[in-house]
Amino acid sequence: MIQDILAHYNYWIIMVLMMIGIYIVASRGNLIKKIVGLNIFQTSVFMLYITMGKVEGGTAPILTGKPEVFSNPLPHVLILTAIVVGVATTALGLALVVRIREAYDTIEEDEVRDQDNATVAEEMSRAAR
Amino acid sequence: MAGILISLVLLTFMAVTAFYVLRLRHLFSVVMLTGVFSLLSAALFTNLDAVDVAFTEAAVGGGISTVLMLGTLALTRRREKVPETLSIGPLIIALVTGAALVYGTLDMPRFGDPNAPALKHVVPEYIEGTANDVSMPNIVTAVLASYRGYDTLGETAVIFTAGIGVLLLLVWRREEDEEDEDGEKEDRA
Amino acid sequence: MKHHLVLRVVTKLMIPFILIFGLYVQFHGDFGPGGGFQAGVIIAAAFILYALVFGLEEARKVVPDGALRILVPAGVLIFAGTGVATLLMGGKFLDYDVLRPSDTGGQHLGIWLVEFGVGTTVAAVMIAIFFTYAARPHQIDDEDW
Repeated sequence: MIQDILAHYNYWIIMVLMMIGIYIVASRGNLIKKIVGLNIFQTSVFMLYITMGKVEGGTAPILTGKPEVFSNPLPHVLILTAIVVGVATTALGLALVVRIREAYDTIEEDEVRDQDNATVAEEMSRAAR
Repeated sequence: MAGILISLVLLTFMAVTAFYVLRLRHLFSVVMLTGVFSLLSAALFTNLDAVDVAFTEAAVGGGISTVLMLGTLALTRRREKVPETLSIGPLIIALVTGAALVYGTLDMPRFGDPNAPALKHVVPEYIEGTANDVSMPNIVTAVLASYRGYDTLGETAVIFTAGIGVLLLLVWRREEDEEDEDGEKEDRA
Repeated sequence: MKHHLVLRVVTKLMIPFILIFGLYVQFHGDFGPGGGFQAGVIIAAAFILYALVFGLEEARKVVPDGALRILVPAGVLIFAGTGVATLLMGGKFLDYDVLRPSDTGGQHLGIWLVEFGVGTTVAAVMIAIFFTYAARPHQIDDEDW
């Protein structure tokens, strides 16, 4: 029983982390908090891949000339590049937040929506006149 | 066994950190906790034999990404508005998706299984090939640059594009745009 | 942070070591853990640290915008150019074996070039992104944190 739990505990915690990330993205209106949530989600996906590549008694995939068991190097390659791409895209998202802040003077989603609605209503009434 | 225990403890720490990220309103603390989260995951990656990944995560997550977030905070604001209601919808979505995913993990190979299907397909070829055809000790570098060179070219292009995107959004603006924006602000006022 | 003497001295001591470590990670990536992505980020971190402690103006003197504008695309071009070179030498795209006649020499040269390209682009993009953030007018005062 404990063996079974230990065998899947890592996956479960990663799922919990993923769901915390998704919950932050879906429930919080603050745009920076949303990006932090996305980051948590992203990191838990990375961990899911890396835990899948772990082999019991294996070592880091670097050849030493001796016969050894290696952990799966393929997820390492995929995730290594994904991390750097992730920070680049995060920076792009943050840049959008900065521009939104300059255009609307707020980084709360609902306030941005209110301002947009107000602008649309104003334009509609102007068109009606 | 000790290795597994260490990763379980680290994962639990990360869950606690993530929970506090969710709870805290002060964005400065949230950003610092994200840095802690990244460092913990770097420690976890080392423990799971992914030294190259751990390296990257420590430099990116603990360093650059935290600095960028702080930079954004300096350009925006540091407090989150208090949400008006408890959000039931997102909670239900998260719980249902989480339950489905946990159900899915029951069919996954157990943690550290040497007979996992993921290990059986191309990986033995890569390990053999790195020793014989590429003759490089670091399998990750060989796969990254040689076997999966197309992928890496694509990823580099993505980083390039994202960098150009940030520069376009924040620096290279034409003068007319700025005048337009000033005009708009006056209109609104 | 110009008034923090300790920070300034420690930063000045650390930056050469960070840079050397970055270069080590870049060029020793074939043998130990490391490679272009990690090295790029580490080298960028050194310049970002410099900019944080000594101010953006000083850092801009070290890495001028013009240099960044060349370096950002240069890395991708080195990478893609390696592929084109292998095409011209009669191989497939990014098939390094044709680069050199010896058994594995082509692979070594190809991987070296590609990792160098990746490192260049990553470092330049990270520095450029940080500089653009730092150059915007701040909304929060230093005391406000």
